[in-house]
Amino acid sequence: MNSVETLYRIWVYLQTEPLFWLTITIGAFLVGDYLYKKSNINPLVNPVAISILIVSGILIIFDIEYERYFNGAQFIHFLLGPATVALAIPIYNQIKLIQKEALSITITLLVGSLFAIFITYYLAKSFGLDEQLILSMLPRSVTAPIAMGISELIDGLPSLTAIITIATGIIGASLSTFVLDFMKVKDMTARGFAIGLTSHGIGTARAMSRNKTAGIFSALALALSGVAVSIIIPVVIKIFN
Amino acid sequence: MLRGFFVILLFQLFGEVIQKFFALVIPGPVIGLIFLLFTLIYLRRVKMKKILNVKKDVMSTATAITSYLSLLFVPIGVGVVMHISYLEKNLYQVLGVVVIGTMLTVGITAKLMEYLNLYLQRKKK
Repeated sequence: MNSVETLYRIWVYLQTEPLFWLTITIGAFLVGDYLYKKSNINPLVNPVAISILIVSGILIIFDIEYERYFNGAQFIHFLLGPATVALAIPIYNQIKLIQKEALSITITLLVGSLFAIFITYYLAKSFGLDEQLILSMLPRSVTAPIAMGISELIDGLPSLTAIITIATGIIGASLSTFVLDFMKVKDMTARGFAIGLTSHGIGTARAMSRNKTAGIFSALALALSGVAVSIIIPVVIKIFN
Repeated sequence: MLRGFFVILLFQLFGEVIQKFFALVIPGPVIGLIFLLFTLIYLRRVKMKKILNVKKDVMSTATAITSYLSLLFVPIGVGVVMHISYLEKNLYQVLGVVVIGTMLTVGITAKLMEYLNLYLQRKKK
């Protein structure tokens, strides 16, 4: 048996092993993080977006199915659950500040969540998208599992909702800093809350790595808006039908 | 570390069971987050040494996990890129809605909250 054949066998074997995909995923993330730091923490250089592009590039070049990759990388994906639960700790540590701003948090939560839903509806309608696609887009501002649940409830397509929701998270995480600087919002609690309310987990991860207070308020908005939107959307749809 | 991770998993498990049992739209981990938060608030005044130790464990584990939060989104993020063709001919319109909608929402929400914080603070004085 020649050595090329042996190498090919090893390659085929590696593709089925979590070890390989875990190494690729973490490696890609470290590259993304390195570029982010090299760019002097430029908000447009998003470590998550970079690592996603690196991994996708590898999958496309070597013609590997996503399911095969995910099968290997699911250990990383699994940790999303415990990480979500763990967000209770930073929120708890800032409970005094949250109590102090409780009224503005409540008002912003309701107005912001409603705005997110209506602007999505309005834009999608004016871009001529069809009914089912619009329904699938409505819950895109909340964390993916909630968004998919709502989508199912209102006869959207959950898999489409997942894609649009994650895309919202990535775009929000990349562009929010730019928008908030442009609008001259200095209040870190407001910045964080707005990021969590619009771009859920991915935005929160981003906010946490940049500013502690913003990260905590983002995590708070992530949890609160998830609950709020899952009540608001079904009610709004009932009213408008 | 291990004890902290165990407690976090326990709350997630509890959240998942509640979610399934009541068939809620809110996912298990978010329910776990809410219960853990209320448990911590409830235990705020408890000074028992054993509980304080576990609490410290949970806190250090939580800090460790959440500091790598970004990494955890890579696997599903890759799924978006690989499945982007699902959007077919609507790709640009959808991206338009997402980009414009997200920028408007984040800006307006932040501005509103900043204004409310200032207004309510002034009113208190």
